[in-house]
Amino acid sequence: MSNTQTRAEAKRESGRASARAAAIARFVVIVVTTYLGLLAVTFFIGRVIPIDPVLAIVGDRAPAHVVERTRIEMGLNLPYYQQFFLYVKGALQGDFGTSVLTTNPVMSDIRRVFPATMELASLGTIIGALFGIPLGVLAAVKRGSIVDQIVRIIGLVGYSVPIFWLGLLGLLVFYARLRWTAGPGRIDVVFEYTFTPITGFYLLDSILHRDWAAFRDIFAHIILPASLLGYFSLAYISRMTRSFMLNELQQEYIVAARAKGLSETRIIWGHALRNAAVPLVTVIALSYANLLEGSVLTETVFAWPGLGLYITNSLQNADMNAVLGGTLVIGSVFIALNLFSDLLYRVLDPRTRIR
Amino acid sequence: MSETMQTRREWLLTERPASRLQARLGRAYLTWRRFTANKLAVVGLLIILALCLVAALADVLAPHSPYIGDLANSRLLFPDANHWLGTDGQGRDILSRLIYGSRLTLQVVVLVAIIAAPIGLLVGTVAGYAGGWVDAVLMRITDIFLAFPKLVLALAFVAALGPGIGNAIIAIAITSWPPYARIARAETLTVRNSDYIAAVQLMGASPTRIVLRHIMPLCVSSLIVRVTLDMAGIILTAAGLGFLGLGAQPPLPEWGAMIAAGRLFILDQWWVAAAPGFAILIVSLGFNLLGDGLRDALDPRGGSQ
Amino acid sequence: MMMGKMNARFRPLLAGAAMSMLVFSAAPSFAETPADTLVLAWAIDDTITLDPGESFEISPAEFIGNSYDMLVRLDIADTTKVKGGIAESWTVSDDGLTYTFKLKPGLKFASGNPITAEDVAWSFERVVKMDKSPAFILTQFGLTGENVAEKAKAAGENTFVFTVDKAYAPSFVLNCLTATVGAVVDKKLVLEHVAPVTPTDDYKFDNDFGNGWLKTGFAGSGPFKIRDWRANELLVLERNDNYYGDKPALARIIYRHVKESATQRLMLETGDIDVARNLEPGDLDAVSKNEKLATTSAPKGTVYYISLNQKNETLAKPEVRQAFKYLVDYDAIGSTLIKGIGEIRQTYQPKGVLGSLDEAPFKLDVAKAKELLEKAGLKDGFSVTMDVRSSQPVTGIAESIQQTVGQAGIKLEIIPGDGKQTLTKYRARNHDIYIGQWGMDYWDPNSNAETFTSNPDNKDDAATKTLAWRNSWDVPELTAQTKAALLERDNAKRAEMYQKLQKESLDTSPFVMIFQQTEVAGLRGNVKNYKLGPSFDSNFLAPVTK
Repeated sequence: MSNTQTRAEAKRESGRASARAAAIARFVVIVVTTYLGLLAVTFFIGRVIPIDPVLAIVGDRAPAHVVERTRIEMGLNLPYYQQFFLYVKGALQGDFGTSVLTTNPVMSDIRRVFPATMELASLGTIIGALFGIPLGVLAAVKRGSIVDQIVRIIGLVGYSVPIFWLGLLGLLVFYARLRWTAGPGRIDVVFEYTFTPITGFYLLDSILHRDWAAFRDIFAHIILPASLLGYFSLAYISRMTRSFMLNELQQEYIVAARAKGLSETRIIWGHALRNAAVPLVTVIALSYANLLEGSVLTETVFAWPGLGLYITNSLQNADMNAVLGGTLVIGSVFIALNLFSDLLYRVLDPRTRIR
Repeated sequence: MSETMQTRREWLLTERPASRLQARLGRAYLTWRRFTANKLAVVGLLIILALCLVAALADVLAPHSPYIGDLANSRLLFPDANHWLGTDGQGRDILSRLIYGSRLTLQVVVLVAIIAAPIGLLVGTVAGYAGGWVDAVLMRITDIFLAFPKLVLALAFVAALGPGIGNAIIAIAITSWPPYARIARAETLTVRNSDYIAAVQLMGASPTRIVLRHIMPLCVSSLIVRVTLDMAGIILTAAGLGFLGLGAQPPLPEWGAMIAAGRLFILDQWWVAAAPGFAILIVSLGFNLLGDGLRDALDPRGGSQ
Repeated sequence: MMMGKMNARFRPLLAGAAMSMLVFSAAPSFAETPADTLVLAWAIDDTITLDPGESFEISPAEFIGNSYDMLVRLDIADTTKVKGGIAESWTVSDDGLTYTFKLKPGLKFASGNPITAEDVAWSFERVVKMDKSPAFILTQFGLTGENVAEKAKAAGENTFVFTVDKAYAPSFVLNCLTATVGAVVDKKLVLEHVAPVTPTDDYKFDNDFGNGWLKTGFAGSGPFKIRDWRANELLVLERNDNYYGDKPALARIIYRHVKESATQRLMLETGDIDVARNLEPGDLDAVSKNEKLATTSAPKGTVYYISLNQKNETLAKPEVRQAFKYLVDYDAIGSTLIKGIGEIRQTYQPKGVLGSLDEAPFKLDVAKAKELLEKAGLKDGFSVTMDVRSSQPVTGIAESIQQTVGQAGIKLEIIPGDGKQTLTKYRARNHDIYIGQWGMDYWDPNSNAETFTSNPDNKDDAATKTLAWRNSWDVPELTAQTKAALLERDNAKRAEMYQKLQKESLDTSPFVMIFQQTEVAGLRGNVKNYKLGPSFDSNFLAPVTK
């Protein structure tokens, strides 16, 4: 009896394992094809863009024979499929080529600029969550009231405002007029030689160095762009929090808790919000991905040396290695965050856990 | 009068509609009532109507030419009785440019929606209904476009296609359809195995017919909501392209390009950039309020996305 | 109006939202820049290499000009002349073919290595053999990879002999040697960093002459050393204690890459930077009115123009070319769009260069232009496109011209694009009208004369692609005159020949010259002795104090 039981269990176990293997295989196929597609599309765009990549290297005034020789050196005289093949081959070996604009390997450029973008987006998301979640909860609890309407408008304005414009106005008001924040860039030149980055996340680095003067300076630089991005994600997070909370507050367990005489504060923050936390984490992850890729304009306005600016700049110079590398990084983060929120859902939410 | 109103209402709200038309009208009426109960949504609708009106009557409303200015004598004037919102770097009246710019904004929004939504609908319903490798291939393509940073992709397409409002529209449409495909596919999956579709299949309808006549209509309402909510995003993307110098061709009064031009004078002549910025804000807010109201009205459960 | 009401309604909300964003912000401490450091904000994203044998852009010219030394340098006091750099004196043989330079004795590179004639000869050799963009400035004297060792060689420790293939005007030869491509590099140091290369048909040498290393490295002898360069971010110069001349007062120069004029002005006003380099007219005006700040300026060798492609049959008509010159509102542009950052100039040689002509016969005259168009059979006007880079002041000028030519019935469509994009089209001769700028390759009238008024071969696959070629302007007569001026050894006569060339092309050329760039800088009040030179490699920083 027990024997057959264990055998059945083992069978189920192995069935589950093979299902898992199939799922993993499918996932790998998805990631690989998405990557190849990303590569192909970017590569194609790079070749049809009517910008001569040689120009970025030799400049406008180079004699004709230098232009031709450089074209050959860059392999641009080869047929497209051959160029694509060479590129993919390099990429598979971890070689994304060299950026002609910065003369560095693309990967080392990205290692330098990506933390800047991540730091900005992270702080933006933190600000967005810190303000957005309470606002969303408040709106849900006071559904239909004036508070709810105000939160709704704050959120919708966040969706509606051109972020580059708000950035310009922000600089004008808080930097130029009020002098509350520092200007564009990540750090003051004063610190350029006393401050050595470790992780590339400057706020963290200054804490590691215990360099509080630098910390203040870095904070003063990042707070304005991060607040802008934060406002943008606040709009999204508060909206979603509201709707998740509305959903939870209608559940029976809330009624039961009320019947037990628990305080309203505890019901809302302790029970309802905890249960809404799972989908919220997904929302925050998605919002983070949006900020990462949505930072192009903010970085332009604030001269923030991040990935968005790097890609845009490279695109304008037809520096396709850099564009490809940068796009792949953002694409990977996007895929990874989607996967992460998916996994998190499974782990945290008992309803979706496989039984 | 009020009596006829009363009866008309009753007719619309009757529990036993006599005709299909009556039932439909009744449903629409209920939706409309839910919609108008939301004051903000009505404000949004009014903003959009005002935008359409301004665009239609631009020739009448604009006090000056949007293209011709006096570089030497009327440059960067502060708002006054003659130029209500001041003048720009070429000495052109900003208010007139805003008024004419509304046409471009409408054009972009409408055309992107007309191009992107059907593409998304088609891809999504076909993928959802066909399943198998068709689904896999179509969804991979969708994922690829989704994984791209949107603005960068639009930038790249504009660079490849050449500048101009038409190409900007195409570029934005190319980057906008994937979410619609996702939504349409999800909706299709929920109805694919329903008895209703099974019945239609039994009657021998071809897959093309099923997708076109029976599945697509079911996806439309959620798609309309999503498109309306996206319109603000479309406006902002178009403005972003204009801001980066790749949207409309000068001297077209595209609002994003106007901000970019005003950026040069942001410290001393702030109104040059402020006016188009507010215009974008108000119009996108209008679309967002409208979309938000539509969502609540069409989805009575409220709440979830 | 509807709009106004809405604004009023949402403004407090916006303000409230903005305020809440800043709850966590603390007022930062605004440190002044360090006393021994000069901080400049400048658009330095055109720097892609710091190798003087390869670099040919604007910002690196300034870095190289301050950190390397050449045989001879431009005389800032009189820009039609040169003075000694590393060379103490020089002589030209009677046949005009041999130039002998005596070097100043006892000079050292920043590395401590002595500067010898051998270094000079090797510097020439690597430029010619690498054959990068600016190499033609030297190879136009008949140097090739095979003969360079013979034609540019050391004759003893302190004597360098340079042999040219024709009896050029000595002013031409010497002017060319002031270019950054003539910088003397530290042979011993660079040789430590050469990388092997597999020779090909196009590149016959087995090493890169240190190019890979020198792109970001430094091997010079100027008053400053290049210490650090992070592309699109910053560049740092440091005092060279081995410099033979007057040592710089400041220990360090930091260039920060900042593109926006408004941003630069803000940073200058708050004291985050000492010098702002890309101020637009409005901001320049505000800086000059601020009593804590100052401005300085200098005319540069860069001219802005629009050009009409002669492949377009309409634009090829002489009357049309002329009509365009009467359809630019020079006065209005000069008093607004380029106020302070440029001077209207209708000849293609910049002010200050030998033989430049100060004539400005054109002004906005729509009636006259219409008359000319009617003569060309274009009474009802025509449609044409113009490729415009999306940046100021070019876009503004293009829009102004769009309006003025419109008055004469010409429908001008502006095609905006990034700089590289419009340039690609221009270089392929696919444009109708192009608006852009041209900076002199080296400080000699031949540079602009050659590109604006000579076109040796108008075929699509020509070996020499001058601006005249790009606009398909076939001018054998002017080409010959340009060539002849090169060989005129009498400076006064040479100047006259260039003036004649400019005069002849005023009416007929497809180039509508608009203005000459004035470089400006906004300074903090405590910055002293900061002067801009006539060229970018002569914006010297050594005398600056603060």
